[in-house]
Amino acid sequence: MKRRGLLLIAFSALLVFLSGCNTLTVLDPKGPVAKTQADVIIFSIITMAFILLVVYVLFVYMLTKYRASKAAPDYEPPHDEGKTWLEIVWTAFPLIIVIILSVVTIRSTNEVEAVPKDYQDQKPMIIYAASSNWKWHFSYPEEGIETVNYVNIPTYRPVEFRLYAYGPITSFWVPQLGGQKYAMSDMVTKLNFVAEHEGSFLGKNANFSGEGFAHMQFEVLAMNQKEYDKWVEDVKNTASDLTPDEFQTLLDTKFVGRKTYTSTHLTFLPPPEGEHAGHNHGDAASKSELDQFQMDQFGSENSGGGEMDHSGHNH
Amino acid sequence: MKWDEFFVTGEPMIYGAMVSIVLVSIAIVVGLTYFKKWGYLWREWLTTVDHKKIGIMYIISALIMLFRGGVDGLLMRAQLAVPENGLLDSQHYNEIFTTHGVIMILFMAMPFIIGLMNVVVPLQIGARDVAFPRLNAVSFWLFFAGAMLFNISFVIGGSPDAGWTAYFPLSSIEFSPTVGNNYYSIALQIAGLGTLMTGVNFIVTILKMRAPGMTLMRMPMFTWSILVTSVIIVFAFPVLTIALLLMMLDRQFGSQFFTMANGGMDMLWANLFWVWGHPEVYIVILPAFGIFSEVISTFSRKNLYGYKSMVFSMVIISILSFVVWAHHFYTMGHGAMVNGFFSVTTMAIAIPTGIKIFNWLFTMQKGRIEFTTPMLYALAFIPIFTIGGVTGVMLAMASADYQYHNTMFLVAHFHYTLIPGTVFGVLSGMYYWFPKLFGFRLNDKQGKLAFWVIMTSFNVTFLPLFFLGLNGMTRRMYTYSAETGFGPLNLLASIGSVGLAVGFAILVYNIYWSFRYAPRENNGDPWNARTLEWSTPSPVPHYNFAKMPNIENRDAFWFAKKSGKSLYTEEYSDIHMPNNSGQPFILGAIFMFFGFFMVFNWWVGAVIGALGIFIMMIVRSFERDHGHYIPVKEVVATEQRLRGEQV
Repeated sequence: MKRRGLLLIAFSALLVFLSGCNTLTVLDPKGPVAKTQADVIIFSIITMAFILLVVYVLFVYMLTKYRASKAAPDYEPPHDEGKTWLEIVWTAFPLIIVIILSVVTIRSTNEVEAVPKDYQDQKPMIIYAASSNWKWHFSYPEEGIETVNYVNIPTYRPVEFRLYAYGPITSFWVPQLGGQKYAMSDMVTKLNFVAEHEGSFLGKNANFSGEGFAHMQFEVLAMNQKEYDKWVEDVKNTASDLTPDEFQTLLDTKFVGRKTYTSTHLTFLPPPEGEHAGHNHGDAASKSELDQFQMDQFGSENSGGGEMDHSGHNH
Repeated sequence: MKWDEFFVTGEPMIYGAMVSIVLVSIAIVVGLTYFKKWGYLWREWLTTVDHKKIGIMYIISALIMLFRGGVDGLLMRAQLAVPENGLLDSQHYNEIFTTHGVIMILFMAMPFIIGLMNVVVPLQIGARDVAFPRLNAVSFWLFFAGAMLFNISFVIGGSPDAGWTAYFPLSSIEFSPTVGNNYYSIALQIAGLGTLMTGVNFIVTILKMRAPGMTLMRMPMFTWSILVTSVIIVFAFPVLTIALLLMMLDRQFGSQFFTMANGGMDMLWANLFWVWGHPEVYIVILPAFGIFSEVISTFSRKNLYGYKSMVFSMVIISILSFVVWAHHFYTMGHGAMVNGFFSVTTMAIAIPTGIKIFNWLFTMQKGRIEFTTPMLYALAFIPIFTIGGVTGVMLAMASADYQYHNTMFLVAHFHYTLIPGTVFGVLSGMYYWFPKLFGFRLNDKQGKLAFWVIMTSFNVTFLPLFFLGLNGMTRRMYTYSAETGFGPLNLLASIGSVGLAVGFAILVYNIYWSFRYAPRENNGDPWNARTLEWSTPSPVPHYNFAKMPNIENRDAFWFAKKSGKSLYTEEYSDIHMPNNSGQPFILGAIFMFFGFFMVFNWWVGAVIGALGIFIMMIVRSFERDHGHYIPVKEVVATEQRLRGEQV
């Protein structure tokens, strides 16, 4: 019975799979968002295993019982148009499952899109994450620091990543903290995470973006608030400012290692949100705007006033 | 442009390909001349408007493209077999997975299905050809021109490298400056025009050319699936054509539809692509459902269970297929509301699909199941495709999709639907209808061996990818480090892919061997089947039906056999048939050159090509062609020869 063997293999594979869950990154969450997603995945796998079981049992039953070699030589199969009540049963069966899964999906999707439940009383820390060929820039507007290809976050604190891209669409993904979201050149997308474990988690770009795509990885280091504060302090004492020139060099370089700066590019090159979004007035984050802002930046440095910035715009 | 930029250089594999292309071309030319087959080729194939021959040409093209796309797949698996492999560099790998996707979907699955529908649909509904035979030939030659144009990108100019989805801005001229994506936009436009015409042609054929008495609800299920598919084609393909046109304008004429600057919107491309792309999935899967319905019913010796709900569920699927596209990019940042809507519509497709699975299972109940090669593919489809289906439901759940998206889990899922669905479907159909075209069956023993090797290897290749995806391996990575732990499962998958190659080699040998040695059967109905096509002699005479059949119920041929009554009660008469024409072939050739010049921005050539196309259209507009009649004497003589009966 080759088919029963097949069935056995399929289910033992499922068993191995379910028992080996903890070793699979996605099913080894380190924060509430990834936890919600892992729960949904496990729940759906169990539901699907049940469906597979029903189909496989019927399948094996039909194949063993009604094979020609077992039939009487003069056996003539009957004409059968189908029974309505049976068809109603197997319409209702998937319908009920779909309804259950729909409820689970809509609830969990709302959950993972918002700040995690136990952290809604805290003000989320905002980190801008921008991709460029082929690296990640992380800007901390509150701390006034910027890093490249690594990001440190405090544990037990909601973090709102604001994503955008200089160039092709990328997808910001830290499997153990939560699912991915696209980073695009013409708008900012948001992703909420909380790390509930200290440690280093691998983050990556999940969306193909050209030649260096496979190497577009970064480290998320989750540490307690004290260590985090100390790190910020250290950065401020040791690193230097990110100048527009330096940022332009970063954008132009294909691959760079880790970098740390004591200012962010947000001041001279705002992300494509609000009035800078691509579809409000046309050309956010394009090369020409980059030049525009660089000119503004130099201009404002000379005049010494931040408020003068916008007077220089000529859109 | 310099010549060293024109030809792709620096890759030993590509030099090898160039040499083999030249050698094969010379061999074909020499062979045709030596055996004096040029006239035969022109008269019988290049100018034919016979739906069966066009179908055969589609299927041969599809098999060749299956080989090409398969080699792409093997190269990808070879590169990923071990960590840090240096077989392919990033650029080469990117080109290969792009062409693998495009070729397998558009130049393998589509033509295989269109080939089968060409062969089978007129025979199943009692028609002597499709509604517009000349247009049908144009469809084929446009597809062929597109396919050839796309394939030469491999050696001339470079292949597209932005994925088969060609997302902007990656595929814009700024990030993809080679001509690769020009090939993509132009070759697909040309082939897509052909497909659109096929859709129109088959809607009209099925609605207008059925035999007397064959109401819609008496049509064989395969014909139903093609009707539904054709409607999807007509609604979906214009979206692709326009999206590709805009892409071409962006890349070559400086427009800004999808670019990063000046209000261009990359998200618009993703939406347009998938508004076509998701229905496309059903364009390649519904005909397979139709084939399985025929095969399972035939080899269970039982009529199809729940015919009406089978039809109804296909119609529902076709409607739903147009309202699920955003599930391809839940992660683009539309909120929970939008994602929730698309999750529900996507999961809803599981209901009609589930109905079909149960109907197939219950078709076998109380049947008399025979395990022939086509039946094995149909049977394997049920348990394997169900895995693809349930993982599809998992992917439909937006919150969880944030973790599956762009990973190997997704890759595993769609291979689990497209291979047991489409590929097993067309292979099943090929084995099943082969004797109708050639008068002999493919060897069953070899066919079964190929089946078991393909089926087993398929699972070895793609089952590990589910786990790799959940372990965080994204798709389209050309390499990975050993620390990721992706190594062992990737190696297993690569071993499986070798098995797949072996399986397909056996399949090709199976076809070759059967052509040479399989016993010729003087039997129009070797499977003891149920539908109208089996009431004709095999191989089918080019007019298909000498007399028009009279249909009184579903599976009319089966009941005619049971009751001993003939379906054919008319007298013989002259048969009106369409004339052959060289115009579709010439039009296709002009389109190919036009496309080639367009790809390279060689405007003089492109303008001449465009003029050529318009001249061909004008010539056709003023042509008077009323076809010809086959005299009744000749019909009677042919029938006597084929059926060996006294008329």
